[in-house]
Amino acid sequence: MPTVKEILDSMDYGPAPESSAEVMGWLGARGAFGQYIDGGFTTPADTFATENPATGATLAQISQGAAPDIARAVDAARKAQPKWAKLSGHQRAKYLYALARSLQKRARFLAVLETLDNGKPIRESRDVDIPLAIRHFYHHAGWAEMLADEFPGLAPHGVCGQIIPWNFPLLMLAWKIAPALAAGNTVVLKPAEQTPLTALAFAEICAEIGLPKGVVNIVTGDGRTGAALTAAPVDKIAFTGSTEIGREIRRATAGSGKALTLELGGKSPFVVFADADLDAAVEGVVDAIWFNQGQVCCAGSRILVAEAVANTFTERLQTRLSKLRVGDPLDKCTDMGPIVSATQRQRVAALVSAGEAAGATLVQCEGQLPAAGHFFAPGLLIGADPANPASTEEIFGPVATLTTFRTPEEAVQLANNTRYGLAASIWSENITLALDIASQVKAGVIWMNGTNLFDAGAGFGGMRESGFGREGGREGMLAYLRGPSPKPRPEASASFDAAPHPGAPGKGDPAIDRTPKLYIGGKQARPDSGQSYRVTAKGTEIGLAPLGSRKDIRNAVEAAHKASGWAKTTGHNRAQVLYYLAENLSARQREFETRLREMGANPAEAEATIARAFYYAAWADKFDGAVKSTTGNMVTLAINEPFGVMGVVCPDDAPLLGFASLVLPAIAMGNRVVAVPAASMPLAATDLYQVFDTSDLPGGVVNIVTGPKDELAKTLAQHDDVAALWYCGEAEGRTMAEAESAGNLKATWTMSNRDWTDAQGRDFLTRATQVKTIWVPYGA
Amino acid sequence: MSPSDFARNPGTPFDPDWFEGHAVNTPAAERRAAQLPARRSLKKTYQAAWLVNAIRCMDLTTLAGDDTEARVKRLCAKAKNPLADHILTGLGLERVTTGAVCVYPTMVRAAVRALDGSGIPVASVATGFPAGLTPMNLRLAEILYAVEEGAAEIDIVITRAHVLGGNWSALYDEIAAMREACGDAHLKAILATGDLQTLSNVYKASMVAMQAGADFIKTSTGKEGVNATLPVSLTMVRALRDYGARTGAKIGFKPAGGLKTAKDALNWQILMNEELGRDWLRPDLFRIGASSLLGDIERQLEHHVTGRYASSSRHALA
Repeated sequence: MPTVKEILDSMDYGPAPESSAEVMGWLGARGAFGQYIDGGFTTPADTFATENPATGATLAQISQGAAPDIARAVDAARKAQPKWAKLSGHQRAKYLYALARSLQKRARFLAVLETLDNGKPIRESRDVDIPLAIRHFYHHAGWAEMLADEFPGLAPHGVCGQIIPWNFPLLMLAWKIAPALAAGNTVVLKPAEQTPLTALAFAEICAEIGLPKGVVNIVTGDGRTGAALTAAPVDKIAFTGSTEIGREIRRATAGSGKALTLELGGKSPFVVFADADLDAAVEGVVDAIWFNQGQVCCAGSRILVAEAVANTFTERLQTRLSKLRVGDPLDKCTDMGPIVSATQRQRVAALVSAGEAAGATLVQCEGQLPAAGHFFAPGLLIGADPANPASTEEIFGPVATLTTFRTPEEAVQLANNTRYGLAASIWSENITLALDIASQVKAGVIWMNGTNLFDAGAGFGGMRESGFGREGGREGMLAYLRGPSPKPRPEASASFDAAPHPGAPGKGDPAIDRTPKLYIGGKQARPDSGQSYRVTAKGTEIGLAPLGSRKDIRNAVEAAHKASGWAKTTGHNRAQVLYYLAENLSARQREFETRLREMGANPAEAEATIARAFYYAAWADKFDGAVKSTTGNMVTLAINEPFGVMGVVCPDDAPLLGFASLVLPAIAMGNRVVAVPAASMPLAATDLYQVFDTSDLPGGVVNIVTGPKDELAKTLAQHDDVAALWYCGEAEGRTMAEAESAGNLKATWTMSNRDWTDAQGRDFLTRATQVKTIWVPYGA
Repeated sequence: MSPSDFARNPGTPFDPDWFEGHAVNTPAAERRAAQLPARRSLKKTYQAAWLVNAIRCMDLTTLAGDDTEARVKRLCAKAKNPLADHILTGLGLERVTTGAVCVYPTMVRAAVRALDGSGIPVASVATGFPAGLTPMNLRLAEILYAVEEGAAEIDIVITRAHVLGGNWSALYDEIAAMREACGDAHLKAILATGDLQTLSNVYKASMVAMQAGADFIKTSTGKEGVNATLPVSLTMVRALRDYGARTGAKIGFKPAGGLKTAKDALNWQILMNEELGRDWLRPDLFRIGASSLLGDIERQLEHHVTGRYASSSRHALA
């Protein structure tokens, strides 16, 4: 240790290590960990080491969970679930409260353990991870208490399989377990193989507070364990991790009936306008990409800066970068620790090299990195064009790309030039501009003049290939609850006979021929196939319907995109259109009744459809978002945004009401729809477009493509420019729709045919929207 | 006069382009201010050394209505020997003094006499401290008086109305005239940030003061409702950095009135080091205006030396 006199000269900070003695003692006493199943630990088996990424030293031996472990854990959860769900909200709240309290009492221990296992600086585990995890349990103790009052008619899914990543181990555990338990579910959670230790400590805390056996089960292991959990007979899978694995899980669970929420990767824009407080924005970058070594799914990893301030901003950012201290994560002066593993470090290094090779300039924090451990110097890739792989691939390390824009419009274009849509940071002192940009950026979470702001009361989750579902707040609770399932009904089946049939349907003096067409972009369109198919009822041909195909779907999706103005119209205007639609439908009610009767459907559908249009007209300007109670001096808005372009595949039944029950709520929220009507009874839907035309419905808002249902549904599911898909049909089709939607991870809602007379409600609107959470800090 | 390695700020012509339209985002400044002490930690000998440095950078101050020459003499004695001998020895140091002593103009002569031979400069407040609302000719005369009495540094107060009314050129003219009156004495411009309220105002007033030739910018008189805070200080040091980037001049910073504990002394030094660098941990570019802070630092240092918690009754009163 240097003398006071020497330090007075150097003014160095010196070492400030947090002690790890207690944690090391605990690890030493445990030695190896088994699985936590049904309230107890199994004997360790098939173990592997979890290491300290700062030193490479082994911390503990962990058991590799196999299918039998998962089966036992799911059994235990299954057995415990009814009793757990039957507890009063207050009783469950007491358990969650006890968990929060116990985490708080172990805060220092858990922070040190997290830092040892993950490598994140102790400042972060101490000031961010652990406090947020505790807050999550407190918040959800509240939801447990209020469940019956606030979510009437909803029930827990049952057993939830939860798979979490290594970047925020205990915090992600809290995000998963707290809402699940509050809602009355039991869980089997698999922590990441790199960072299982805080989950195992949490298991001990569960036992310590006397949480009923089987309510929480923790099974450790690698991806194989996760795959076994995904395949197990659970009722819901909640996954946070990479988009690649998310896609696999989407495919694996397709058609299983398991509820699914995915919180995946991102390449979030960090947009700095010329009128921003540049110093604030510089510090924002530190909190965005040089936080947790950049291993943050919502990290602001694409810096977009206005040309007018690009030089100043970049200079200041580089100065700030040079002040970062990289080193021992247990030291309280450390800003950045090591990357979690050697594999991840190599991956980061490779992507950064690729970024350089593609023309970007790498600037890194200078200074010696520790010799041991998986350290990577934080940096910037300056001048990374949109085509640079570093601008498109999630690096998941402490390196952000930086590029410039000229106008707000270009900023939005660049911000949205990504397959992801998790988060965005917008820096401007002009609230008019900032809110305008926030409304246009495709992201589930938007921070204004801030970044990486979190709270249990606010929803977190992505759009596009960043996944679907929200965690936190009321919307997060909804992801762990389900409504009653309507009784399934069989569907009709259609045949697609395009050959001429002499003799049908005309008798005697021919009426003037009416040719139903496809309805695309507000215009009637002949099918690309140039064919029509025979529509029959009770064996008699009643007309011909256009035989739609892939290319018609492509055209319809394009038309739907062009109608983007619909999302920007006011709720009032959309209501007016829906009321007008009801009015015009009412004027032609008899005609529709006749058509329905002719197709063998219930003529009462016409009256019910008019009522449905009224119902969603009523909702169009009332499905309000919320202002969330989060942190101090903060307005946190939860806005219900439409997906954009949705595919709606209707039941082969209730040809008018089934169509209306799905299409109307979607468009009431501002979506544009490509609808595939009942294949065997398409004519009620094709009659509708004349009503649309007279009801001021802008062209492209509803597009109708008739034809073979599953073929068209598949094209919609595979279409990367369709954001959500509703599919009503049989099991095989539902499986297909979900599996094929994995390509762009579109949100899906699959359902069986049902009684459509009561098929309306708030749930349809929740399904037709995604929550965008906007954080606006304020202060004079 | 205080020894300085750095050339004085010559000032620049008044130029509002340097600050007009500069916005400071308050929540972001507060967040950074809250993070700074959490990002850096000083333990053991390092903490002791940084606390000693805080003493070296301290303007030990008495600015009370009941100040007397005897009281000032006692303060000066403490400034010359801020630490008890056994603490000094325990730290392995021979001599430590405060950066300066700060008093009212009529106390300057007593202070200069008491500090004779110590090399410790005397700073005097002036210009109608603390409100600054006396006529301009009297304010300038007060500066001349204090300099005449032997003050090497003059802590002036500004007309807050100029800031609140956006009358930046009037503010510039006022401070420039004061700077001229100071002559060789260094000018520390007290912005009274608690009165200016917004951080954007603080930034702009800082920039005008530097354009007008301030050698130091200082947060507070100690008499406002809110005195030095970390977000205000952050804003001022960033203005100082921006001025330096444009002119090459190194301007000093003096937080005053809000620093009471040894922990505060560390936090502000961390702010200086992180935002500006090592040079701003020297008394010629960093001063802490304080009265009671020294007592807490001395107790912490005694604890460091002896391992026992200290009692202020065992330390010489300032």
